[in-house]
Amino acid sequence: MFDDFFIRAIFAGVGIAIVSGPLGCLVIWRRLSYFGDTLSHSALLGVTLAYSLSINIAFSVFVISTVVALLLVSLQKRTKLAGDSLLGLLAHSTLAIGLVLIGFLSYIRFDLMGLLFGDILAVTTADIALVWIGGGIILIILYFIWKSLFSATVNYDLSAAEGMRPEISNFIFTLLLAGVIALSIKMIGALLITGLLLIPAAIARNISSSPRQMILITILSGILSVVVGLFASLELNTSSGPSIIVVALMLFIISLLPLEIRGQLQKR
Amino acid sequence: MNKNNDLLVRLKDCGVQKSSKWIVKGISLEINKGKIVTLIGPNGSGKTTTAKMALKILKSDEGSIENYSKKMAYVPQKISIDWTMPLRVIDFMNLTSNINKEEIIEDLKLTGVQHLMYNEIHNLSGGEFQRVLIARAIAKKPDLLVLDEPVQGVDFNGEIALYDLIKKICTKLNCGILLISHDLHFVMSATDHVICLNGHICCSGSPNSIVKNSSYIELFGEHNAATLSLYQHEHDHSHQTDGSVKN
Repeated sequence: MFDDFFIRAIFAGVGIAIVSGPLGCLVIWRRLSYFGDTLSHSALLGVTLAYSLSINIAFSVFVISTVVALLLVSLQKRTKLAGDSLLGLLAHSTLAIGLVLIGFLSYIRFDLMGLLFGDILAVTTADIALVWIGGGIILIILYFIWKSLFSATVNYDLSAAEGMRPEISNFIFTLLLAGVIALSIKMIGALLITGLLLIPAAIARNISSSPRQMILITILSGILSVVVGLFASLELNTSSGPSIIVVALMLFIISLLPLEIRGQLQKR
Repeated sequence: MNKNNDLLVRLKDCGVQKSSKWIVKGISLEINKGKIVTLIGPNGSGKTTTAKMALKILKSDEGSIENYSKKMAYVPQKISIDWTMPLRVIDFMNLTSNINKEEIIEDLKLTGVQHLMYNEIHNLSGGEFQRVLIARAIAKKPDLLVLDEPVQGVDFNGEIALYDLIKKICTKLNCGILLISHDLHFVMSATDHVICLNGHICCSGSPNSIVKNSSYIELFGEHNAATLSLYQHEHDHSHQTDGSVKN
C-alpha cells in the first residue's frame, strides 16, 4: 500500500497536519510565529549536520532547534535587545551557517530546493512511521500538559499562582515545537514549516468560537491543505511545501468571506 | 513545624529587588484561615508585588516565605485576553480546574453574570469581566484567595454587593483572603488586619488602630483619614436623618 510515493506522502502529510493543529493554535495564541520561523530556519543547519555526521535528519533537526531555543532564552537574559531582534538574528545566522556548511560538503549532492521547500518524493515508509509515532508521542505529552500550557497562555501569573507549574510546561512546549518541525521538514521544507503551523490555525480563528473548536478546525483545514496541496503538487509538478501552503492560503481567504459578507450586510 | 493550624502564609522580612532597587522591603505578614488581610497604599507601593510573594509567583530576595495553602486562587489586577484566542466564559471558568456545568452556573450567579456563560471573554465589559474573574476564583474553593483590586470597573451597587460576597465567601469557605483594595470604607469595615504599604510596611494592625496611626494619616492625607475615622465612628451609634444621634 505504501509502495506508491504519493500514498506515502499523503499519510505522512496527514499525520503532520494532525500534530500541527494544537501546536499551531498555541503558536498563534502565544504570538510565537516568529519563534516558529526561527526554529524552522535553524532546521536547515540541522539537516546539513545530519548529512555531514551521517545521523538521522529528524533527530539532528530536533537537537539543533532545541539548542537554538535555549540559546534564545539565555540571550534574552544577557542583552537588552527585543525578542524579535534576537529571533531574527538567530533565524538568519543559523540559516546562513547551514547554507555555508552545504558549500563545504561539496562531496554530498544536496537537493537544496527539496530542503527549503519540501519534496514528497523523499518520503519513505520509515518517515511515515516516524511522523505517526513521533507525532503520537507529541500529542500524548501535549494532552498531559494541556491545562498548564493553556492556562499559562491565558495568564502566566494566574497559572503559576494556582499551582499549574507553567515554567515546566512552557519548556516542554518548546521541545514539542522543535519536535514537530523535525517531523515535517522533509515534507514541507525549512522555509515553509511555520506556514503549516500558522495558516490552518488562522483559518480556524476566523470561524471558531471556543478553544476546542479552534483546534479541531485547525486540524481539519490542515489535513485538507495537505491532501489538496499534494494532489496539486503531483498534477502541476510543483514543490510539495509551497503547494500545500498555497492551498492553505486559499482556505484562509475563503474563511474570511463570511465576515466580509456580514460586514457588507451591516453597512446596508 | 506549623503549630498554628490556621496559618496559611507567613512572610518574614521579605523583599523583592529589581535591577538593584528594592520594590518592597522588610515585609512581614501572616494570613490565617477565615481572616481578611488587606493591603492598602499608593500606586507603586508594592501591593501587587507583596501579593505575588504570598502566592509564590515571585521569589523573595531576602527573608523567608512559608506557604501552607493547599489550593490558592488568584484574581490578578490586570489580565488581558489576547483576541487571537476564542475563549468563552465557560472555558475561562475551568482554566485551572475541572468543575461541572451546574457548579459553574452557581458560581457565576454569585457575581450576577450567569447569563454571560457562553459569551466570548473579549466581548465582556471591564466590570463584567471582573465579576467573571471573581466567580472563577470562588469556584476553585480555595483555602487562600488573593484578590488584587477585584472590583475595578464595577458599578457602584455592584461594588458593595461584591465586597459583601467576598466577606461571605471568607466565612463560608473558611479561607484566608489577601485583598488589595482602594476602597477604604470596605477595608475599614470588613477586614481583620490592615497593612499600609509604601515600599515597606508603614503601619499595620486592626482597622481601628490604623486610622489613628500618624503614618497612615500622612500617607492618605488628612481628609481621607478623617473620613474613615468618621466611618469607624458610625459603628458605635447611628444617626437620625437630621444628623442627631439616635438613642
